[in-house]
Amino acid sequence: MRVTLERANLLKSLNHVHRVVERRNTIPILSNVLLNAEGASLEMKATDLDLEITEATPAQIEQAGATTVPAHLLYDIVRKLPDGSEVMLSVDPEGSTMTVASGRSNFKLQCLPQSDFPQLAAGEFSHTFRLDSATMRRLIERTQFAISTEETRYYLNGIFIHSAENDGKIVLRAVATDGHRLARCETEAPDGSENMPGIIIPRKTVGELQKLVDNPDVAVIIELSDSKIRMTIGAVVLTSKLIDGTFPDYQRVIPQGNDKAMQVERKTFTDAVDRVSTVSSERGRAVKLALSDGTLTLSVNNPDSGSATEELAVSYDADPMEIGFNARYLLDIANQLSGSDVKFLLADAGSPTLIEDTNDALALYVLMPMRV
Amino acid sequence: MAQSGTFGFCRDCMTPRTNSARRCIKCGSPRKAEHPELNELSIAHIDCDAFFASVEKRDNPDIRDKPVIVGGGKRGVVSTCCYIARTYGVRSAMPAFKAMELCPDAVVIKPDGEKYARVGRQVRAMMEELTPSVEPISIDEAFLDLSGTEKLHKDTPARTLAKFAKRVEDEVGISVSVGLSYCKYLAKIASDFEKPRGFSVIGKAEALSFLADKPVKMIWGVGPSFERTLHSDGIKLIGQLQEMDEGTLMKRYGTMGQRLFNLSRGIDHRTIKQRGAAKSVSHETTFNEDHATADVLVPVLRALSEKVSARLKQKNIAGRTIVLKLKDKEFKSITRNKQLSDPTQLADRIFRTAMTMLEKEINGTKYRLLGVGVSDFADSQRADPLDLIDIDGTRRAEMERAMDKLRGKFGDRAVETGYTFGTGSRGKPKRKEND
Repeated sequence: MRVTLERANLLKSLNHVHRVVERRNTIPILSNVLLNAEGASLEMKATDLDLEITEATPAQIEQAGATTVPAHLLYDIVRKLPDGSEVMLSVDPEGSTMTVASGRSNFKLQCLPQSDFPQLAAGEFSHTFRLDSATMRRLIERTQFAISTEETRYYLNGIFIHSAENDGKIVLRAVATDGHRLARCETEAPDGSENMPGIIIPRKTVGELQKLVDNPDVAVIIELSDSKIRMTIGAVVLTSKLIDGTFPDYQRVIPQGNDKAMQVERKTFTDAVDRVSTVSSERGRAVKLALSDGTLTLSVNNPDSGSATEELAVSYDADPMEIGFNARYLLDIANQLSGSDVKFLLADAGSPTLIEDTNDALALYVLMPMRV
Repeated sequence: MAQSGTFGFCRDCMTPRTNSARRCIKCGSPRKAEHPELNELSIAHIDCDAFFASVEKRDNPDIRDKPVIVGGGKRGVVSTCCYIARTYGVRSAMPAFKAMELCPDAVVIKPDGEKYARVGRQVRAMMEELTPSVEPISIDEAFLDLSGTEKLHKDTPARTLAKFAKRVEDEVGISVSVGLSYCKYLAKIASDFEKPRGFSVIGKAEALSFLADKPVKMIWGVGPSFERTLHSDGIKLIGQLQEMDEGTLMKRYGTMGQRLFNLSRGIDHRTIKQRGAAKSVSHETTFNEDHATADVLVPVLRALSEKVSARLKQKNIAGRTIVLKLKDKEFKSITRNKQLSDPTQLADRIFRTAMTMLEKEINGTKYRLLGVGVSDFADSQRADPLDLIDIDGTRRAEMERAMDKLRGKFGDRAVETGYTFGTGSRGKPKRKEND
């Protein structure tokens, strides 16, 4: 193999693929990136056996071929090469070392045979549809924060994407929950998604995908098989296993009859929550919301350090009530909202509370109260 | 050790003693406390004598004059043996079968941890009436700092301690040994000196000569392996250490060298600390026979989880890490732990989490011990938050709280889950008559 290409192109592609590679690996080949020079492009591929990212970039191929080299090492080298330079990659005849040459810099990297590189067989794709990048990004960002990290409930360790009916319209819906909060965001169902099975995209895949959908002009092509998802974003192809589990029936935890409505200016609210929770000993302690006619009193009481209260003017005219929430969860949700206001729909101190985005009717959040 | 000196009193009637007669002039008791520095020392170590066995003898006068071993059933070890049993050579931590060989007539009693804890707390409470500086070391021993309590008790620390020892005998019905000195290290050595019902004093003036002819293993921190190291370096007696300088000792033994230097000279600057909060709560049990199967292990795990949970609830704390402990028949310990997303104090969550770990260890290996614990404590306010998705879990939590209420009213076994129903103590298979 012998190729020459622009550093900028190589760096951009390596940046996309190398992140999949875990820093510590017990299987040496998984630390490597597969380089495949063919036709007029260099294809790079990295995997952790659950997730695989492939990207092709234009290159001058003097001699076609393939090899694998340590991914993070190659990325670090290319990153440190000067802007605007050209890079030549060449593998020795034995296939044991690859030379990275650029200007006066010369590196030799140890190779592992490309035949050892694992392939993530995707199988037959049964469903295909397209989403524009901005929509994909919105679905991810509105829900990602609520993904659970709890190992025992592995089926919550991702975003549940499925087709649902809302007000007689078919929608594509993303849901994530960790049992304490739930985030749901939807979009008009793209052609081909109507009959899709519900899938759970793992957290790591979601994270990588989010970084890849930064160009609004490029659409995401989504293909589904029984156990895998493939997403093509321009030159990048991401293939991932899906979480093999059943996402719980989240619809039944979304409260329907919450009739106590409270609306408050978002920035004022988040600033105040942030301020009063300063006295908490650790993040995530309860903040108490006391509601009465037109007034919200936030308070935090920490027996070890002190207490804090702050009063806010809100729109509220139902019966007075008190309810406690995890301060961090409140802020996480409030930070996802795009409207200038936050709207709470409450029932009582022990029941789930609904939070709506006044600017985005397609997103909603459920938050479980804490006992205070 | 107790030299004839100017200060002393009778430990039975507290009458001051001025002469060197063998018995008290007032009550005729030979038990005395006497030491030139008696009125200046205030650091004490108090240790209950053969604690578990003494409690059992107190509660059952029939066994008072018999050798008594408190320990675990067919296997397991001697927890405590009374002083009569000790004359046969029985010692604590000795395998039960060996103790029975030495002393076939011994009365063997199954330990009743809750009873001992109750008595231990009673004694602890009495200690805390003497001084707020009580540092418990275990259920039956503690360090006390009585400095500055003369006015409160209108008596010297020594006399206060003697009165305390008598009060424990009268009110609790067990005996204690007291060691009095100017530092923890020597107080601990002193309390061990005249057991049982001892009262030993080591003063500043005699510390060096007292320690000089003692073996190095009497230094706190010198265990069997370090003792071997010292022996191979030709150091057998504390007196030899007294002749060496700090630099040499530190060069040879690191920080331990500094400790050797100080303790060999009776220098111990450790203060009496009230013990901080516990770091974990756990329960474990050793089986009479090794078990490999779920039908035996699971009920035990459930029962132990409930015990751990009860302790957490009583202390109003919760923990985030669940620890499973197993010991196989070769005595190899296995511990597995799992982090929860939220702290818990519920038996249900402790049990279910430990169960996922136990399932992986049920592979034909026979286990002799099973234990479960909770650590990584957090505020109980954050324990077991309401969950949106886990509706069954929420229901089980409610069920557990209802069961707790019933148990509070009608006793621990008033209501139990099917896991432990019909089993013996701690969920173990019921013992057969001849067991």
